[in-house]
Amino acid sequence: MQNDTILTMRGIDKQFPGTRALSKVDFTLRKGEIHALMGENGAGKSTLIKVLTGVYEKDGGSIWLEGVEGEAHIHSPQDAQKLGIATVYQEITLCPNLTVAENMYIGRTEGQIVPWKEYEKKATALLNNLGIPARAKQELNHCSLAVQQMVAIARAVDMNCKVLILDEPTSSLDDKEVEMLFSLMRDLKSRGVGIIFVTHFLEQVYEVSDRITVLRNGELVGEYAIEDLPQVELVAKMMGKDLHDLSDLEQIGSKHKAEDEIIYEAQKISSSESKPFDFSIHKGEVNGFTGLLGSGRSESVRAIFGADRVTGGKVKMKGKEVKISKPHDAMKAGIGYLPEDRKKDGIIADLSVRENIILALQVMRGFFRPMSKAQMEAFADEYIKALNIKTASQDTLVGSLSGGNQQKVILARWLLTHPDYLILDEPTRGIDVGTKLEIQKLVLKLAAEENMSITFISSEIEEMLRTCSRLIVMRDRNIVGELTGDQLTQAQVMKTIAGGGQ
Amino acid sequence: MNAKKTRKAGGIGQLMIPLIALGVLILFNLIRDPGFFSISLSNTGVLTGNLVSVIDSASELAIIAMGMTLVTASCGGQDISVGAVGAIAGSIFVCTLQAMGRITIWSVILGIIFCIGVAIMFCCFNGTLVSVFKIQPMIATLILFSCGRSIAYWFSGSATPQLSSPIIVAMGITIPGIPVPTPIFAVVLMGILLSLVFRFTNLRLYTQSVGINQGAARLNGINPVMIKMLSFVILGVCVAIAGVIGVSRIGQIAHQTLLVEIEMDAILAVAIGGNSLGGGRFRVVGSVIGAYIIKMLTITLYAMSVAPANVKAYKAIVIILIVLAGSPVIRNRAAVLLNRFRIGKETKAAAKGVN
Ligand SMILES: Nc1ncnc2c1ncn2[C@@H]1O[C@H](COP(=O)(O)OP(=O)(O)OP(=O)(O)O)[C@@H](O)[C@H]1O
Ligand SMILES: [Mg+2]
Repeated sequence: MQNDTILTMRGIDKQFPGTRALSKVDFTLRKGEIHALMGENGAGKSTLIKVLTGVYEKDGGSIWLEGVEGEAHIHSPQDAQKLGIATVYQEITLCPNLTVAENMYIGRTEGQIVPWKEYEKKATALLNNLGIPARAKQELNHCSLAVQQMVAIARAVDMNCKVLILDEPTSSLDDKEVEMLFSLMRDLKSRGVGIIFVTHFLEQVYEVSDRITVLRNGELVGEYAIEDLPQVELVAKMMGKDLHDLSDLEQIGSKHKAEDEIIYEAQKISSSESKPFDFSIHKGEVNGFTGLLGSGRSESVRAIFGADRVTGGKVKMKGKEVKISKPHDAMKAGIGYLPEDRKKDGIIADLSVRENIILALQVMRGFFRPMSKAQMEAFADEYIKALNIKTASQDTLVGSLSGGNQQKVILARWLLTHPDYLILDEPTRGIDVGTKLEIQKLVLKLAAEENMSITFISSEIEEMLRTCSRLIVMRDRNIVGELTGDQLTQAQVMKTIAGGGQ
Repeated sequence: MNAKKTRKAGGIGQLMIPLIALGVLILFNLIRDPGFFSISLSNTGVLTGNLVSVIDSASELAIIAMGMTLVTASCGGQDISVGAVGAIAGSIFVCTLQAMGRITIWSVILGIIFCIGVAIMFCCFNGTLVSVFKIQPMIATLILFSCGRSIAYWFSGSATPQLSSPIIVAMGITIPGIPVPTPIFAVVLMGILLSLVFRFTNLRLYTQSVGINQGAARLNGINPVMIKMLSFVILGVCVAIAGVIGVSRIGQIAHQTLLVEIEMDAILAVAIGGNSLGGGRFRVVGSVIGAYIIKMLTITLYAMSVAPANVKAYKAIVIILIVLAGSPVIRNRAAVLLNRFRIGKETKAAAKGVN
């Protein structure tokens, strides 16, 4: 063993009922290195991390840490914290109704009397230092998801750790915030901290990482230096497919020409969270809302679905005026909505995969018309296969699925209702590269074959350029432009967001 | 924290601990006194024995526990006014019968319908505070908990009227010619009724969704306010039935003692049944088993001639043990141990295979 290793994991096993999440996995982390942990959804990345941080007990294998005699015994997150392992989990695990400062220091205070005033000062300094746009005294649930994520990172950074673990930290950050995070990571790296970085964004991996470990189906595929593993090969290693099989993935199909019929039309629609705006979509059209985080793109589609309190506006569905004041109205009118925040608005964690998939359809059928068990099973089966959802069984609680697979369950839920108009807010968040392309393909296919109208929102502009035939650009809660045809280029989008062009 | 969820949906898992507890209690009694569960036919043609009196006397508790399970699941909190509202319902029942003069089958049916209506009204008051005004259920129901019995007293004209009629005796004790106490039939009937509701509506799916993640449930078109109200309405029906049984047993409305302290036992029954008091997934059967465990425990302690003053303390000890056994921490420990054991066996088997 080289003497600059700070963490060695050997032969790690972890079994869940019905799933072998990890089998004989090795992992090595060196001082001052950024080490990417890659793999498809459900490959076992989060599980490996949770074993390391004591959230799960491992079934076999050993862990050694620099500075600790013999094997390290980590049985709880507190143990890990004491040993200098700081973690930002995939699902944000802060306390939403505490303040930012309280969240940063809770569980780390020593002694009986907690000098909150002092902590608030320290928190403010750190927030300024890292450029996080939040106040120490602000309640966390009033912050955007991105800011919450940054607070979690700030908490980890402040712990003076030896090992920093970031499980998909960038999935809800925009480019600027990602840059901020990366400079922070490089800074920590130069101070000798070892960083484990999980993400599904390949470019980001190549931008910051030094080394890559690839997992597939709970098994170790290998460890590679970044120079030795070009992007295409990395994808092949993750998916377990040969290179030439991959080429067809790159072609996601062509955009389809929308029909003339307008399916949804809104005038001066507004909600408690969004300013009034006009919007319409044609049958079979795929459009997108873009803009920086906080630009109001999510709030706008929430207004369409009636997710927030609707305060005004006229809505026509297929030419007929309808009143949409709550989600149920929207569903009855034929609208589906996959929300941005999977954990808070999407999954019902303690219900089974099957119940989660059929939920929306069941609600649309009505309170007095429950589906038969056989019917539910058939539907669930169909979509588990169609979207390739990795789950031990239909009865598994959806909360125990990997992040990406939870996302697929919610997607399945809305596809099952066969809406006329489907709103997808960040459907590819936390989804692996292969599946991301599959979902984009699916969106185009639904539009072309079923004539479904789709609004597709993504933080990745390329994704939207590939799928949308019309982009609505937002800034500061206002629509500032609409791009179609030849204007659909990255440069034009950026320019419009920045306020340059029309 | 979303960690450590290794459970699967459905199955017998949740009922394991209450069933084991019930089994242990029965076994304990059998060892202590092999004749404890002997049942005999009394000279009036009625089944008697400890087992019968456990099942009979647990009826009100079992029925209220059913409703409490639903309220717990949807609101993540408990209604502590069930005893008091039960007294109001009983009082209304008695008043209606008195107002109508002669007690006939029809006047009794009318009385029951009427008192169910009133109980639903009071429960909807609680439900409104909880679902619309988002007040903690325990706090919201504290109001009726403290003044409900006075309201009941006031309803019956500040008196404790009696009901003497063979119909009331038949309802509270036994129907002539049928050897099983009538309240037991009421439990069975309520159980069947509820399972029919679960069978033919989406009540279970909606209630669980609201209890687990209200925001997400709303975005899927469920109205959380309605579902919470509905659970209170069902609790209202349960409470009214329990009140009527209680009144019929003694043929009198006793405002201060009717269903007294039943709220705590009902909450306990829900917890012993393996339901999370924080809401979400639930099994009504579990709570009913919980109710029988509580009564069995009480009667066991009395049979062992523990002084009445000490019964509560012993009861508390046993209940703590049961609730602890069902707690997530102990469950996870057990799961981890079981897992190790299984993997150990697998590796041994594999090693043998290699050899
Ligand atoms: N608590 C749990 N109970 C049961 N199964 C689990 C649990 N946690 C994870 N699993 C299973 O273990 C496997 C690995 O999951 P894990 O969360 O580690 O995947 P991942 O690589 O992080 O995926 P993603 O990219 O989607 O986040 C999955 O099949 C998942 O269903
Ligand atoms: Mg993960």
